[in-house]
Amino acid sequence: MAAFGSFALLIALALAAYNLLAGALALRLIATGQPVAVSPERLADTARRAGIAGFVAVTGAAFALLWSVFTNDFSLTYILEHSNRALPLPYKFAALWSGQEGSLLLWAWLLGVYGFVLRLRHKTDVKLYAYAGTIMAGIQVFFLLLLCFPASPFALLKGAIPDDGNGLNPLLQYPEMVIHPPMLYLGYVGFSVPFAFALGALIMRYPGEKWIKITRTWTLVTWLFLTGGIFLGMHWAYAVLGWGGYWGWDPVENASFMPWLTGTAFLHSVMMQERKGMMKSWNVWLIFSTFLLTLLGTLLTRAGLVSSVHAFAQSSIGTWFVTFMGIVLAVCIFAYVLNSAHLKTEHHLESLVSRESSFLFNNLVLLTACFVILWGTLFPILSEYVVGNKVTVGAPWYNRVAVPIGLFLLFLTGVGPLLPWRATSFKSVRRNFILPVIALWATVIVCFAVGVNPWAGGQFSSGNFFALVAFALSVSVLTAIFSEFIRGGQVISRQTGRNLFAATWLLTRRNTRRYGGYIVHIGVVIVVIGLAGSAFNKNIESELGVHDKIAIGPYTLVCTGFTQDSNDNYDSEYAMLDVYKGGQKRFQMTPEKRVYHASQQPQTMVAIHSVPEWDLYVVYEGSNPDTGQPIIKAFLNPLVGWIWAGLVVLVFGTLLALVPSLTPATASLRIPAARPITPETALKGGH
Amino acid sequence: MDTPTLHRRPAEIWIKGAQACLLAVAVCFSLGASDAGSRFNDLGHRMMCTCGCAQLLGECNHVGCPESGRERIELSSAIAAGQTDQQILNMFAAKYGATVLAAPTTHGFNLVAWIAPFAVFAAALLGTILLARSWSGIAGVKAQAAIAEAPPTDPAELERRERIRRETGSDGGF
Repeated sequence: MAAFGSFALLIALALAAYNLLAGALALRLIATGQPVAVSPERLADTARRAGIAGFVAVTGAAFALLWSVFTNDFSLTYILEHSNRALPLPYKFAALWSGQEGSLLLWAWLLGVYGFVLRLRHKTDVKLYAYAGTIMAGIQVFFLLLLCFPASPFALLKGAIPDDGNGLNPLLQYPEMVIHPPMLYLGYVGFSVPFAFALGALIMRYPGEKWIKITRTWTLVTWLFLTGGIFLGMHWAYAVLGWGGYWGWDPVENASFMPWLTGTAFLHSVMMQERKGMMKSWNVWLIFSTFLLTLLGTLLTRAGLVSSVHAFAQSSIGTWFVTFMGIVLAVCIFAYVLNSAHLKTEHHLESLVSRESSFLFNNLVLLTACFVILWGTLFPILSEYVVGNKVTVGAPWYNRVAVPIGLFLLFLTGVGPLLPWRATSFKSVRRNFILPVIALWATVIVCFAVGVNPWAGGQFSSGNFFALVAFALSVSVLTAIFSEFIRGGQVISRQTGRNLFAATWLLTRRNTRRYGGYIVHIGVVIVVIGLAGSAFNKNIESELGVHDKIAIGPYTLVCTGFTQDSNDNYDSEYAMLDVYKGGQKRFQMTPEKRVYHASQQPQTMVAIHSVPEWDLYVVYEGSNPDTGQPIIKAFLNPLVGWIWAGLVVLVFGTLLALVPSLTPATASLRIPAARPITPETALKGGH
Repeated sequence: MDTPTLHRRPAEIWIKGAQACLLAVAVCFSLGASDAGSRFNDLGHRMMCTCGCAQLLGECNHVGCPESGRERIELSSAIAAGQTDQQILNMFAAKYGATVLAAPTTHGFNLVAWIAPFAVFAAALLGTILLARSWSGIAGVKAQAAIAEAPPTDPAELERRERIRRETGSDGGF
């Protein structure tokens, strides 16, 4: 199977190279109109078919690797290092992306999937799709070169073959790890598609904005995958790492967040191009930057440039990525300089306070946030280079620098949709903003009343302050968005006689893009409320013998015992904790500590009890080496559930925005065409 | 119909907004925790665990960490000994290296880490405002030119234009 996989990759490389070269040649011949023996159109079609065949070949390679995992073929170094016989079935799939070589194969395969879909849909616009397909083939050549030479997943082990493998990293043996990386990769890889369309449209000087419409759908789908991937990663960090948090501003987390920010900026600014023909160059560069940031993210993950908890996939292929990024950037600059006249447009705003300018500011904030994260991620390298000292840029820095920018973005999320296109009158400002402003101040008062007070205890707490601002802005933004729904719903209700709920649903279906977007904003606001809750996290750590108790918030945890279990994959120890609230036993929690046989690595499995107000999060940390007593750490994390609920709303809104809008019902009446007047009919007295 | 628009008084609004933001930021950065428990918590979240787990000292709890326990004891001892926050941070930095601090210091080259984001944000904000003003200026000139070229005189035409302006101008759609 190793030989089959290796050959499949080589064939895929040859096919991708043919797709790139033949596709480029055909497009060049079509552009110049040079007469040649072979029809350029036929040549372009062979390139397209080579791309489809390449996908089949990469699929074959991925199948070969999976087959090797499932058949415990430890003659392959990759399988030896990332799997073992006792590994449960779902995690055998996860072994595909748990290491460097496998995750590059996953990348190449997903690129193949996207390319396959794109090439099947080529009739939408044959020439534009030919450009996009050729550019994607160029990207595929890079990844297949990596897979065929420096990072082959089918490298054979030298020497005797061990009876069992080293096993999968325990951190990855969690159900979400079967979904999170593919989802994130679908997001990363997916941005190749809008990139290919944007670059192709620029090179061919595509007339009109149709490519933007095609790209928007791809971008939205990709953005949805990336969003899902990021949130699943957050949940994995929360449930597995056992530190009570979900986002640590780790370089690899940052690497996934940066393209999300530029992709989000693109999804907003693209509306300016569609409606007003503005910001063409800006949009092209946004999508170029997004693609480059996905490569940078992979570089950060793989090359070990910065220290990260995601250290399980580091290697020395950083140079390859830097070179490829350099080539991509050079191609982008070259194509832009050569064709920038095509993107020239007249920019005009009728007012500084309008929907158009809100998009400008939205882009400003999103890109500043992206810069801040990039700056924080790369500053340790810069510092080492300039002054010779490596420094850490961790959560305290991001909390002080990025959180205010995030709150400003939240403010714009509320203000933007309330501003009309073109210009704003005082009357419309008063009408649209009065309720959100009342909601904002009412929330501030309620927050103070329930104890969310930055000055509680006589000293200022910046965490409480940011939480207060976040809550107040969130309620205000929600009010603004709901009032938009209700205003529109009332109009439809008056027109159709439906009740307000049905009318609002009809309104949403009539403009899914707009109202789907609003629902996405609602999701974001719910997430922000959840994030703001972290300002009030509590935790307690204690050695806990049988019948000992600890109290946190309204809960009292009583230890009733410890037990052990064992299976083929790991040994585990459980603490059994009865949880009391208001003097009554409510439920039992069983935090766990495992030691995996193959790797001999320990891992905690957190016990989480989630209710809308908070999560009770309990970690069994192991035993105190001095006293032998078990250590239990309990966290009370307010509003964490809102983050995951916000994701559900956000996904729903995005899916809704992807659905075509209903066109208003119209009745048509068929009227037979009048018979032509002929001399005979005229003579008979007819028409 | 000359409806007053917000862009006629933007300076005052922006200045007031900027004042409020500056005040809020100043308040955030000028105050800190003072009692021993909250100082431990605060300082524990301003330092990293040195075992290589890339977690904050106050949050590192992975099984078998060889460093965080000892560092927490050192932190508690330093607080009990009456050292100031800065003295404690300096002591840890001297002992474990600058990477033990979870954020860059505010002097020397490290100050750039703090200034650059706000400088870039300010420059980008200024650039965006100037760009928007310039674009709205172009629009204003063009609109005036268009009016000068063909001033509508027909009351029906005026009414029609006003109706279109009213209907499209108040639409808040994407």
